[in-house]
Amino acid sequence: MPFQSTVGDYQTVATLETFGFLPPMTQDEIYDQIAYIIAQGWSPLVEHVHPSNSMAIYWSYWKLPFFGEKDLNVVVSELEACHRAYPDHHVRIVGYDAYTQSQGACFVVFEGR
Amino acid sequence: MSKKYDAGVKEYRDTYWTPDYVPLDTDLLACFKCTGQEGVPKEEVAAAVAAESSTGTWSTVWSELLTDLDFYKGRCYRIEDVPGDRESFYAFIAYPLDLFEEGSITNVLTSLVGNVFGFKALRHLRLEDIRFPMAFIKSCYGPPNGIQVERDRMNKYGRPLLGCTIKPKLGLSGKNYGRVVYECLRGGLDFTKDDENINSQPFQRWQNRFEFVAEAIKLSEQETGERKGHYLNVTANTPEEMYERAEFAKELGMPIVMHDFITGGFTANTGLSKWCRKNGMLLHIHRAMHAVIDRHPKHGIHFRVLAKCLRLSGGDQLHTGTVVGKLEGDRQTTLGYIDQLRESFVPEDRSRGNFFDQDWGSMPGVFAVASGGIHVWHMPALVAIFGDDSVLQFGGGTHGHPWGSAAGAAANRVALEACVKARNAGREIEKESRDILTEAGKHSPELAIALETWKEIKFEFDTVDKLDVQN
Repeated sequence: MPFQSTVGDYQTVATLETFGFLPPMTQDEIYDQIAYIIAQGWSPLVEHVHPSNSMAIYWSYWKLPFFGEKDLNVVVSELEACHRAYPDHHVRIVGYDAYTQSQGACFVVFEGR
Repeated sequence: MSKKYDAGVKEYRDTYWTPDYVPLDTDLLACFKCTGQEGVPKEEVAAAVAAESSTGTWSTVWSELLTDLDFYKGRCYRIEDVPGDRESFYAFIAYPLDLFEEGSITNVLTSLVGNVFGFKALRHLRLEDIRFPMAFIKSCYGPPNGIQVERDRMNKYGRPLLGCTIKPKLGLSGKNYGRVVYECLRGGLDFTKDDENINSQPFQRWQNRFEFVAEAIKLSEQETGERKGHYLNVTANTPEEMYERAEFAKELGMPIVMHDFITGGFTANTGLSKWCRKNGMLLHIHRAMHAVIDRHPKHGIHFRVLAKCLRLSGGDQLHTGTVVGKLEGDRQTTLGYIDQLRESFVPEDRSRGNFFDQDWGSMPGVFAVASGGIHVWHMPALVAIFGDDSVLQFGGGTHGHPWGSAAGAAANRVALEACVKARNAGREIEKESRDILTEAGKHSPELAIALETWKEIKFEFDTVDKLDVQN
């Protein structure tokens, strides 16, 4: 019987930071994460970039941060509008925290190619 | 009113026990747990501690009268029983601000935990907490960057950072060492770390290590598209060599260096921290030797004091124990001092071991680092305990994976992200830990194998140093 190694080969993957190692989220799962951003009191923010430039510090804002926006549906429709306008771009949602001047949440919702 | 010189030995309490004193906002306050020799009254023990850690000496001396000693002396203003302990008590001491040089943690500790710890009237003495006044805090540099700047530099948001120490801790050549770094980073870790013992030994000189590690970082960043770092340990036997190593790390474009703040000393640490701020370098702090000082419940210095001192001296990440891994630390106490690292105000809370309100003003926060004997099964508890502003470091839990370090790293990254995602979605991740990890393992063979490998490993020993509570 030929020798069968039990060791697997780990292939390096290019990822887009937080949640990059999870399978793509379902729509409901994305809604849960946006609801979390809103519940924390953070401002939702949509950003996008061409995949060739994904390591850049600054991605383009979609419009402006949605300061004080509490409506999940508004955020979802802005995400979709950004994706329609830039179908080949990565689009991410950010939970912007003005108190820490940092991002409490940030993950890519639509991957461009 | 001028006093007359009266040579001889007075009881300490005549001068240093002042129960009517109301501490000033500018006073530095300390809480000591005292265990006196039999027969010595509490007030005398407490006053002796105040005296010996400030202006006093065992005998009255004529030269005291050249100054206004009442202005400079430390005073014990309160004594409290220790819950559940008949032989010890807490002494609260107020020190005037002018006893300390501005910005010098070295000076504060030399006074507060100097000769007094060898004092014969005491059997044991432990410094439990210090309340640093804002006036002193504003004279300290603090963390060179802090949590927010570090997140921006490393581009990591919305989750704890993930790291691991390179193993075996000693004996790898520079090139082999860089290989292990590369494997971990390509597998999905944000950081790898020099073991504290790695400085510049014959098997691997520092320059050689730095060069191969830099290769590993650049390559893994290109391949994964994510930012990476490695804590290059610049702890050395002289400050000059420490700075030489730090300069070389900067020359290589590395984002972070590392220092051992207790063995290296506070003076070296504060100096390196200032260098890091000036040179745009992050600073990771290891805490070798801390358990010698902080583990005994009745003698030494509590770690919360060391953690506060480190935040003032400077560091962007500090090891805090894991609560759940192989090293000492109970949950409430750990939560108490990670608050001291990260928050801008920490209220007095005896249930977390914090004896004073502590206002940190505008001082940046320090990432809490959980490292030591942890593996994927601990991930839900770690995320729940430490929250996002932490670095979770799995050494054996990365390299011990049956497929190697890259797969081990990926397993940890998947587990971490699954926990964060579940927490954000409102699930109770500690209670549902088995379900969350098992579900995540369905999409990741690396995680499934890690879960199988470490399913039976626990470290359940009782904590030696517990909070003082009535039994």
